[in-house]
Amino acid sequence: MNDISPARLQVMWNRLLAVVEEQGQTLIRAAFSPIVRECGDISAGIFDAKGQMLAQAVTGTPGHINTMAEAVKTLRERFPAQMMKPGDIYMTNDPWLASGHLNDFLLMMPVFKNNQVVGYTSCTSHLVDLGGLGMGPEGSDIYDEGLLIPPCKLVSEGEINALLMDIVRANSREPVANDGDIYALIACCEAGSERLLAMMDEYHLDDLDTLSDYIIATSKRGTLEAIAEVPEGVYVNEMTMDGYEAPLTLKATLTVKHDQLHLDFAGTSGCSSKGINVPLNYATAYSVFAMRCIIGSDIPNNAGSLEPFVVTGPSDCILNAQHPAPVAMRHTLGQMTPDLVLGCLHQALPGQVPAEGASCMFDLPMRNVAEAARDGGHEFAIELVHNGGTGARSASDGLSATAFPSGVFGSQVEITEAAAPVIVWKRELLPDSGGAGEYRGGLGQRIEMTSAIDEPFLVFLSVERLRNPAKGRAGGAAGAPGRIRVSGRDADIPGKCELRVEKGERLIFDTPGGGGFGAPQLRDADALAHDVACGVVSNIAAQASYGGDT
Amino acid sequence: MKNYTTLRLAIDIGGTFTDTVMMNQDGSVVASTKTLTTHENPANGALEGAKRALDSVSGSMADVSGFIHGTTLATNALLEKRGARVATITTEGFRDILEIAYERRFSQYDINLQKTDLLVTRERSLTVPERMSASGDVLLPLDESCVQGLLDTLEAVGAEAVAICLIHAYANPAHEERLRALLHAARPDLVISISSEVSPEAREFDRLCTTVANAYIQPLMARYLDAFAAQFASEGITCPILMMTAGGGMTTIQTAAQFPIRLVESGPAGGAILAARIAAENDLDEVLSFDVGGTTAKLCLIDNAQPQTSRHFEIGRAARFIKGSGMPVRIPVIEMIEIGAGGGSIADVDRLGRLTVGPKSAGSEPGPVAFGRGGTDPTVSDADIALGYIQAETFAEGQFAIDADAAKAALRDTIGQRLGLDAYEAADGVSRIVDESMASAGRTHAVESGKELGQRTMIAFGGNGPLHACRVARSAGVDRILIPANPSVGSAVGFLYAPVSFEIVRSRYSMLQSLDLAVINQLFVAMCGEALDVVRQGDATGPVVTRRSAYMRYNGQGHEIEISLPDRTLTAEDIVPLSEAFEAAYARQFSRPVPGMLIEILNWSVQVSTEAKPIAETGDIPKANNFSVDHTRTIFCDVDGIQKEAGFVHRSDLKAGDHVLGPALIVEPQTTTLVGADFNLNVDARGNLILTREVTA
Repeated sequence: MNDISPARLQVMWNRLLAVVEEQGQTLIRAAFSPIVRECGDISAGIFDAKGQMLAQAVTGTPGHINTMAEAVKTLRERFPAQMMKPGDIYMTNDPWLASGHLNDFLLMMPVFKNNQVVGYTSCTSHLVDLGGLGMGPEGSDIYDEGLLIPPCKLVSEGEINALLMDIVRANSREPVANDGDIYALIACCEAGSERLLAMMDEYHLDDLDTLSDYIIATSKRGTLEAIAEVPEGVYVNEMTMDGYEAPLTLKATLTVKHDQLHLDFAGTSGCSSKGINVPLNYATAYSVFAMRCIIGSDIPNNAGSLEPFVVTGPSDCILNAQHPAPVAMRHTLGQMTPDLVLGCLHQALPGQVPAEGASCMFDLPMRNVAEAARDGGHEFAIELVHNGGTGARSASDGLSATAFPSGVFGSQVEITEAAAPVIVWKRELLPDSGGAGEYRGGLGQRIEMTSAIDEPFLVFLSVERLRNPAKGRAGGAAGAPGRIRVSGRDADIPGKCELRVEKGERLIFDTPGGGGFGAPQLRDADALAHDVACGVVSNIAAQASYGGDT
Repeated sequence: MKNYTTLRLAIDIGGTFTDTVMMNQDGSVVASTKTLTTHENPANGALEGAKRALDSVSGSMADVSGFIHGTTLATNALLEKRGARVATITTEGFRDILEIAYERRFSQYDINLQKTDLLVTRERSLTVPERMSASGDVLLPLDESCVQGLLDTLEAVGAEAVAICLIHAYANPAHEERLRALLHAARPDLVISISSEVSPEAREFDRLCTTVANAYIQPLMARYLDAFAAQFASEGITCPILMMTAGGGMTTIQTAAQFPIRLVESGPAGGAILAARIAAENDLDEVLSFDVGGTTAKLCLIDNAQPQTSRHFEIGRAARFIKGSGMPVRIPVIEMIEIGAGGGSIADVDRLGRLTVGPKSAGSEPGPVAFGRGGTDPTVSDADIALGYIQAETFAEGQFAIDADAAKAALRDTIGQRLGLDAYEAADGVSRIVDESMASAGRTHAVESGKELGQRTMIAFGGNGPLHACRVARSAGVDRILIPANPSVGSAVGFLYAPVSFEIVRSRYSMLQSLDLAVINQLFVAMCGEALDVVRQGDATGPVVTRRSAYMRYNGQGHEIEISLPDRTLTAEDIVPLSEAFEAAYARQFSRPVPGMLIEILNWSVQVSTEAKPIAETGDIPKANNFSVDHTRTIFCDVDGIQKEAGFVHRSDLKAGDHVLGPALIVEPQTTTLVGADFNLNVDARGNLILTREVTA
């Protein structure tokens, strides 16, 4: 087995990458949860017999990077390989083991060849509802947030555990969709296992050892070479966020050595009493994603490429929340960690790191009010996703209304209106919301909607940057903050709450803009004139922010 | 001597070559030529090809009774941004549908990513007050007082074509039609595409993109089609010219000029039609069509002699053919996966010391190193030459010299020195990487379609398909390959097998259990009528086949499965069998159906096409004969990398029943078939080469 040529090992590596993409596609196509099927909020990976990750699908969200790698290690420790049988599948949704909140279910399946476990396939997907207070920040502890399933065996030699399925069903407002999504996860594990075995047969492999060593060593070497290009030093960055009950500080110290990047969250505020706390596995996932965007981004995720990135945080800071803190909306702050990390990296690599962006997606779960269901009115539940602008880059403008760091898809208005009794009257870029700069920040968007049937509806809000906009870099100006209003009401709506929109009222969201890069006075005159002609920068702003004479 | 009574002519204009094929009344190919594409006026190259082909059978233009044309012009105009200056008109409040799109980046880690250019700037994005609901009710009437303002702005921004896409217009086209009429009343010269005609499906971004793409190429294509028809008419062609479409059917020049977006990728579609025809002739239920040219490889799944179809296509994906990086269009297409891997694909070594191949291509200029036309980067063809698979003496009918030593030197210097390999090992590596990426594209495509590759017969054609077929088949787990006659002009041959057909898809959301049969039946009557009208313009009397289908999914899912419907009025008795058909199809894709789910339907489609020509009987099963191989060439075996003697055979010397053991090279004008050491070759009664792999137990 030891004399496989590098070219052939590389072919097998490419094959593994293809297998995880296939797994991911299977999961997305079979999924019921809208954020999975429309937005790709999943992960799929292949592991060797020691539980080291060899390949991971590049899917809609970085929130599963390393969380999955760590989860498989934990599950393997919990369930010894010699107890496993072909056709077994293990499962958990423990936020501190899987992916940061109860909705993310993680499955792991051992792959057998000649009666030996030769590797594992694993996948994660977002289920619609696990009971409790549901997808919102209002829980006071994890018990308020719904059903937690500790690591357990979901499928035993091909037989699905009926009691476990009954328990999940009995604890959800969306039992049918949950059922469907668990079936999709099972299909995903099984597809990965089949493809992996087919590859091993084709190459006459009895184990993955040589291939695993090759993938991990090659990736680690490449990652270390990339790290070596970052100047050694200690880089500190701090950001103020809106928070729930009070503003919060996120602080990071990045220590760069030739063979390691160590990020620590010391100095970050303590936990909130509401569900915006972030388990460290999830904060790590987004932080490492941001670092890998800048350092060695062409190297696929696996045990080798991830090893040099170490993330720590003081226990009980809001980026290392401990059980039983509420964590349902952990993505609100989790998705801000890339801006935090990029602020450190900018000091090490000026000119390679973009300005801050809207970052946290406007994830907007909506449903009918309780009395509508009681009185025989229209019942519905949807989860819209919309985004603000990204930060300007060092040589190009930011992207308007575009997801970063998450990779989820925005909802199409015609699909939203077919699925739920709402009418979206406007979804348009918001002029002047991009931070001014030599390169302009991406624009936010304005979305206006009403009920289509004269019944009130509920929105569960957990968004950021309504009071603390995205900062510019290198002299660039900040982007516009986000804003949420309801027509006819005097006060703006806070970013984190349960909002009831009455019939006849119009709900108006402005998503935040991205920060600018470089001094606005340096902006190319043609670029500014084009912005004005296209109406993304007003004449007034062209003069006020750019000193332009357009 | 004339060996025909009637002639049918097919011309496929590609980026480099224009392929011309002629068939007689028996469906036998009587002439085929390759001429250089004349970009200035593509009709000139087509005319030269037609004349050459006619000369070779002593025929004249007047003898041509059928003429099918396919062209990359529409695709290239979109790729090279040579279309009209388009303005969009959308519902007020939705000016930025194009820029907002799906709010996502197609490449997760690329911090400097630039979004796809969707052809219309915000300056040329206009809006009009009006609004339909999802069910097609008017929420806000069209504000006709705005029309003058729109006309002024169109004038001011210099719009040459207009794409109108109003929210929910697929459910009620009244406002789009009225707006077009009002604009035309003032500006009859304005080219206008409306979304409810071009692509009447929900999802405003995709529908607008499709409408924009159609408007963008409409002026150019209308001019081209007019001129093409006129030029051939003046040369004596009397039959109507039909256009090949992306969906694998033919349509009239008039329809093509109205919906030119349906002409994109018609060449590759022709290849898939050829493969489907061969599948039918040979009773092959499961086929993988494998078409490799100089720049790309196209793979298509064909079940029961029907190419897989889709309603979604992306134009101009970014360099690495990344999904989601192109401009999406929703038109009926033959579903295939196209990757940047062909003979001209360039090999290199990346930062991690990994060997990479493509998608950058040396094209025909400067071309592979061995062609001696200035290319310095080693390509897939250079690797094939170094390995001995392409022999200098027979390449391109000996029209130009091949410098094998230059190919080897480039492989050694660019690849070998950085990886510690000699020229042959480097060539072997290049071959393995490119073949694996083609096989991997095939596998991923199969999974995305919920299908398997293993049991399929690969039908290989295109200039480089027969050369790479064995290697890719081995990697994809395929054991049987068929190389048809005239493989290097496969797409044009396919044109001659295409039916006259037209497909319409409409969105009408319904739950299967509570289907409003009257509404759906009425929808089908209208759709069938429209599609038949188009088909009748191309074939006034012939028998037609109508295929109806519904796109179903479990309520709450996001991806639909196409389920066939009976070609008649639906009744309440159909509901249960349809639900069973869906569950069976679902279980095939996702291992088991999900209990207790409701089924919903999003889209309904109708395809009307003329019947395929009957398949000629073959004669008796040919007598088996071990072909005696007189010549050999030294090659590096693609199985174990060891130098071996391979049989060297001219395809024209082979006859039905002949049997050749691998390794062997079967050469013919413009292409070579490599028979791997683990494959055997048999010639079937129709002259196809059948390669079968000895599978080790």
